Amino acid sequence: MGIRERLSGNEAVAYAIKQINPDVMPAFPITPSTEIPQYVAGYIANGEIDTEFIPVESEHSSMSATLGASAAGARALTATSSCGMALMWEELYVAASNRLPVVLALVNRALSGPININCDHSDSMGARDSGWIQIYAENNQEAYDNFLQAYRIAEHKDVRLPVMICQDGFITSHAVENIELIEDDKVKAFVGEYNPENYLLNAEQPMAVGPYATSPYYMETKKGQREAMINAKDVILEVGREFGAMSGRSYGFYEGYQLEDADYVMVIIGSAAGTAKDAVDILRDAGKKVGILKVRVFRPFPAKELALALQNAKAIAIMDRAESFSGEGGPLGTELTTALFHAKSTAKVVNYFYGLGGRDFRVENAEAVFEEIASKDNIEPYQYIGLRQ
Amino acid sequence: MERKTYNFKETMSKPERLAPGHRMCAGCGGTIAVRAVLRALHEGDKAVIGNATGCLEVSSFMYPYTAWEDSYIHNAFENAGATLSGVETAYNVLKKKGKINDTYKFITFGGDGGTYDIGLQSLSGAMERNHDLVYVCYDNGAYMNTGIQRSSATPMYADTTTTPVGSASDGKLQNRKDLASIIASHDVPYVGQSTFIGNFKDLHQKAEKAIYTEGACFLNIMAPCPRGWRYETDDIMNICKLAVETCYWPLFEVEHGKWTLNYEPKKKLPIEDFLRPQGRFKHLFKPGNEHLLEQFQQEVDRRWEDLMFMCSR
Repeated sequence: MGIRERLSGNEAVAYAIKQINPDVMPAFPITPSTEIPQYVAGYIANGEIDTEFIPVESEHSSMSATLGASAAGARALTATSSCGMALMWEELYVAASNRLPVVLALVNRALSGPININCDHSDSMGARDSGWIQIYAENNQEAYDNFLQAYRIAEHKDVRLPVMICQDGFITSHAVENIELIEDDKVKAFVGEYNPENYLLNAEQPMAVGPYATSPYYMETKKGQREAMINAKDVILEVGREFGAMSGRSYGFYEGYQLEDADYVMVIIGSAAGTAKDAVDILRDAGKKVGILKVRVFRPFPAKELALALQNAKAIAIMDRAESFSGEGGPLGTELTTALFHAKSTAKVVNYFYGLGGRDFRVENAEAVFEEIASKDNIEPYQYIGLRQ
Repeated sequence: MERKTYNFKETMSKPERLAPGHRMCAGCGGTIAVRAVLRALHEGDKAVIGNATGCLEVSSFMYPYTAWEDSYIHNAFENAGATLSGVETAYNVLKKKGKINDTYKFITFGGDGGTYDIGLQSLSGAMERNHDLVYVCYDNGAYMNTGIQRSSATPMYADTTTTPVGSASDGKLQNRKDLASIIASHDVPYVGQSTFIGNFKDLHQKAEKAIYTEGACFLNIMAPCPRGWRYETDDIMNICKLAVETCYWPLFEVEHGKWTLNYEPKKKLPIEDFLRPQGRFKHLFKPGNEHLLEQFQQEVDRRWEDLMFMCSR
């Protein structure tokens, strides 16, 4: 039995960092993730952890220093949001191609402009092709649990990729909820020590990192990254199961809520899944066969698994909290529709955009979506919900 | 720290830490700077070398070959300061935890593009936080890797591909940024400015001081580029000598805010002597452009006087 507490999402992730006791954390403040480095700086100031904090002068430098530390042989991480992540964009790709197993605590926030400090997924979704593993949380408990699993996945010898642990800005990061923490010794045993094979400070074998790779070599590095991403699927499941054995809370690629017999399914990422579950409860009470598929892992994209889980659905509402401006659908919408096509699905698919820049997503909104996909035939396939009239 | 007196033969006989076979141009000042700095590492001490994107990086670590004997990390163009900050911090933690026993030094190289311009913020951060590392700028006064575009280190009136000399242009309009003084204002323990002079004693001693002084240290090394400056390749030592003798590139150091001039020419040569052998300044010697040379001289004089003042305090 774990330890019952009440924490915000930021506190929960900071607490996970404290329990993991990583080596180096460079960070630069940005709302709404600022509290994470603040808590870590506090732990350091009180001698509670061995982590070295680098108060860098920008997010580009926070990720650059994180990569330097990781290449040197340290377990490293940083935290950021929105524009902070945009500033480290170049470094996201460098991290993945150099196969550095760093972890980023991302608190999702809308990208500018206009400047906005509230939640949407435009920051991480924009980075979906950077080569990072992306794991999303619905609430503080999941943010904490996901963070504890991050290094196990990132550092696995078949993976060696950076991992982004995402939670929703303010909705999750600042709301205080009940949480069950895991005992320090259990966490320590679960996460384990980091003993890299190759690193800059290996006295036995110097190493060179970050080559200039010409056309005869560049493409193979991408193939390597792709294989690692595919390998990550098994590792994510294995770590999720092992985490379940320790804590009682198992994790996979997705969570189904009233999914099995559902005719009408909403596919959604992050905190809004909680809201949508309330709508499902209301509609189920009224005899409607509705359900939720909450995507936890977006990279690697579990296409086959999601399509299989949706095989009995008559209509699917795919919820995107980020625009892609293709005019044809958002990131989740496009990828999941592709997966359904390959699975020869004949389900009706509608891609809804919701909650951009922190716009409220209410139980009524979710109910209306279910009503629409269950009752209408000719629905506008890509649409915004919750707009001002 | 105990330092031996400089012995040219002994110093030059040390094993090279940058192997031959890299793809830098013949006569490149960049590799001369690198080898000279690395010779100042004491025997037995290990190093992690950082490198901003630039000629040096793309020519010395082209997959799957590296010319670097020591561990080496290239990350991107603008973040050599931050990257080495991370490496150095990792070293401190891992050493404290007993995971590392050896002594490591941290030296990063960047051209003036990666240092004066796109990497200035990252460098400033690393200096202000006072990481125990040395940032070495090999200053060839333009973005040579991309094809001789002007930088903030480019001297006034230089002909570059983004400040081309033409019927309505005399080349670059602005004076060069004084980076050594900017870094000295970060209150770092050591800043040294040098170039390739005589038996390399000045550069060797400055490199040794920078590497073995605790905290963030900065070296600004004028490293001529025969392609960008357009002089005869084997004339590099003479070009460097003229830069110093004309007071264009003074040799000085700043230790905890105390400025010291390391060399004062007995007879300061006119700036024309430094400019004349370089194709990038050819237009200054056309009849009717005497006033441009005069302005150049005035700027050199003004900066020299400023430096003399700083060193007299």
